[in-house]
Amino acid sequence: MSAHRLDGTRIRVVLHDGDADTSQRLETLTALLEDGHSVTCAAAPPDPSDDVVLARFDESTATIRARVEQKIGRVDPEPSPFWKPWFPVIDYDRCTNCMQCLTFCLFDVYGVKEEKIDVQNESNCKTDCPACSRVCPEAAIMFPKYKKGPINGDVVRPEDVQSEAMKVDISTLLGGDLYAALRTRSDEARKRFSTERDESKALLERKRCLKKLKKQLDIPDEVLMTLPSAGDIEERARRAREKAKRRGERSQSVKDKKPTTEDDWGI
Amino acid sequence: MTAPRILYCHCAYAKVVPEETKQEVLGRLSASGLPFEAVTDLCEMAARKDPALERLADGGPTKIAACFPRAVKWLFFGAGFPISDDGVEVLNMREAPADEIVSGLLGEVEV
Repeated sequence: MSAHRLDGTRIRVVLHDGDADTSQRLETLTALLEDGHSVTCAAAPPDPSDDVVLARFDESTATIRARVEQKIGRVDPEPSPFWKPWFPVIDYDRCTNCMQCLTFCLFDVYGVKEEKIDVQNESNCKTDCPACSRVCPEAAIMFPKYKKGPINGDVVRPEDVQSEAMKVDISTLLGGDLYAALRTRSDEARKRFSTERDESKALLERKRCLKKLKKQLDIPDEVLMTLPSAGDIEERARRAREKAKRRGERSQSVKDKKPTTEDDWGI
Repeated sequence: MTAPRILYCHCAYAKVVPEETKQEVLGRLSASGLPFEAVTDLCEMAARKDPALERLADGGPTKIAACFPRAVKWLFFGAGFPISDDGVEVLNMREAPADEIVSGLLGEVEV
């Protein structure tokens, strides 16, 4: 059964009263939660409203489900595709707004809101991939459904913050001295980068690193296969910088226009 | 003094909270007769920025049975409905046994 109406709104089931034994209560509650409904257990029924289905604890699960379906307005013809809610959650107490996650993520999960890094496209995130949390130098990115800490939200210990080691790993993964390339983006540097590399050795190195990193970092194949090239990263970093610059200019322009005298205010 | 509200997260979309812990906590909560809120998955609600989170976040003292407190705090924040640092206690069902969670939620009123 789908948990929402066609317009996307959700309903809530309010269970109240009724002489049901503990096992029946638990069965009903579990069934409704597994169906995707929020449930309120209340001492007394609230006033009826459009997003609430009222039910008694001693009613059967089937009866309550039928009432919910009636409220939703359909019997689910095409169940919604299952989506494990997998997306980054930012700990802003730790985040330094360095934007490395935004630059690294290929899938546009991140954006910028009021000059701060922001998670904007949660469903773009690749399920079970914690890669961006591993490039975060402050261990500020969590995936609450990840198995291990601190990525799962567990307390961050000093030894968890190993930004420099991580930068080296990612650089190796991408088959070259990526961060040096980012620092020296002149034509000469680009030329040297492309001519000095032995392509077959680089490929072998990359494959070896991919295997190692897959094991070490727990990054799914799907993501490893689509990791950006050095050029891609450079381009994304350039776009991010331009965006930040434009934002800065806009912000400055607003400050410049701000009236400073009574004349400016038209008084 | 008003008793804290209780919020239970069923973490239905992943198997990171032990099933037996969830069943034990949910069963004893429903047997207690106390009012409480139960949601399918706080992560899923946060991803959708579900407006229902506002009601859950804005209720004064609250005890939340879910996962790591740091994750829960920033899930609400990321969805646009920050929870207060004061008066909100998060009990971690990923690590603590059911008994500890239930006594944290129900305290002396447990039945």
